[in-house]
Amino acid sequence: MPEKFDVIVVGAGPAGISAAITTARAKLNTIVIERGGIPGEKNMFGGVIWKNAFERLIPDFVKIAPLERKVVEYQYWILTDTGHIKIVYRDERLSKSPSGYTALRAKFDPWYAKKAEEAGAIVVTRTQALKPIVQEDKVIGVETDRGEVYGNVVIAADGANSLLAKQIGLHEEWKPHEMVLGVKEVVEVGRVKIEDTFKLGQDEGIAVTIVGGPVKGMTGGGFLYTNKETLSIGVGALLSDITANRKRPNELLEEFKRHPSISPYIKEGTLREYSAHLIPEGGYYSIPKLYTNGFMVVGDAAMLVNVVGWEGTNFAVESGIHAGETAIEAHKLGDFSMKTLRNYEEKLKNCFVLRDLRKFRNVPPLMRNNKALLTEYPEILNDLLYIWHTVDGKPKELKMKEMRKAILSRRNVAQLIRDSLAVARALFL
Amino acid sequence: MQQQQTRPSMKVEAKLFLARYKRDDKSHLVILDNQKCLKCKNKPCIIVCPAEVYHWEDDRLIVSYDNCVECGSCRIVCPYANIQFSYPRWGKGIGYRYG
Repeated sequence: MPEKFDVIVVGAGPAGISAAITTARAKLNTIVIERGGIPGEKNMFGGVIWKNAFERLIPDFVKIAPLERKVVEYQYWILTDTGHIKIVYRDERLSKSPSGYTALRAKFDPWYAKKAEEAGAIVVTRTQALKPIVQEDKVIGVETDRGEVYGNVVIAADGANSLLAKQIGLHEEWKPHEMVLGVKEVVEVGRVKIEDTFKLGQDEGIAVTIVGGPVKGMTGGGFLYTNKETLSIGVGALLSDITANRKRPNELLEEFKRHPSISPYIKEGTLREYSAHLIPEGGYYSIPKLYTNGFMVVGDAAMLVNVVGWEGTNFAVESGIHAGETAIEAHKLGDFSMKTLRNYEEKLKNCFVLRDLRKFRNVPPLMRNNKALLTEYPEILNDLLYIWHTVDGKPKELKMKEMRKAILSRRNVAQLIRDSLAVARALFL
Repeated sequence: MQQQQTRPSMKVEAKLFLARYKRDDKSHLVILDNQKCLKCKNKPCIIVCPAEVYHWEDDRLIVSYDNCVECGSCRIVCPYANIQFSYPRWGKGIGYRYG
């Protein structure tokens, strides 16, 4: 006998659980369907948990959540074939009130899912949502590999592949240039080594964003995050670029790990896990239709990732909360049609989720179309610094000329102007 | 001695030994029409798959679905929409311990 729920959430990641906590707390009969054996076991991210959105649901979030380290230092590394340029940013204000925390999803997600259960939601694992059940142009439930589940509204938090929204035509198949494939390794190096190497106190961590190096020629980058005992290290690039460069993801990661600026950090470590996941990085113009009758899409499934700032978890949570609140309004009105659910999109437009994505709408297209930005400019910068730091008796006047030549050999004046205008437009217009 | 300096790349297969899998006896990755694979010049599925699930042998695509990490890349890059992708049933497949 199929049971009917007020709300069906598909996926027990941050987006889905945030929606479920929201609706369950309002006493809506909520079920979460998760395909993993335990929530989180299918999930992977870089990763940093941005606390702001989580604290809206759980005020003492940072005290009780299973987080690894608070991020007190941000580093930006530009890798070239032979070296690196690093920007290291640290501020005491950050360590007193950090925004980001490193985490491991196999630990974090089960804890977060418990919060939904504590709020009254039912979380069912080992169950795969196969497709939405549609009747008279309205989603009335979900077909799973264990039978049918019915509900007034379905919130699709089924992750980057977003199979449910695709099936009911909210978007077509993602394009290879909209998705980044990230491959990551968790390498155990030990607490003491981490804290010594990066000059960190207990529970303090760093987040490193890396461009260039082995990823050059492709739109993508790398990362390094400190966990309690392990490092999360990885690279990602657009599927279209991986295909065009015929670069196997594991080879890319291996080259990355062998880079002279990376290898010292992991040399003595022990590999604990190799993982891969898609990151929806199409940006604003790739966002699907966010709702239809009886159906809303949240988090990665809705392409809600901001490549500027590398934010995803907070977009997932914020969108989940707004979908949950919209479901509550719909429940009060007894109307789960598009007429009510369009409020979900309105809410996203009025908060950072769609405001940020709209603001930086031209960044993803620029980054994928102008490969020089991530390829030539790191090399130019490196050449300039190399020439400047080679003290060989040549007068500096000659050095300056060499530097000018180094720039112009990679980008001519017209290109330099065009590139700067394009970047300025993408960031500031 | 030399080996220490240039560590050989670790193969995906060896890395996946670290992962926990619950094997499904039915493949969740289905090639709809092998004729299309024969026509396909670049075979991007073989390149992009982070678990190196796809291999070309003689004139056929071999799919080692039990190594799959369920990312979905193969489906998206297939120029013929020839890979029917779903997730393993009933919670089977890969289970990350760190994530």
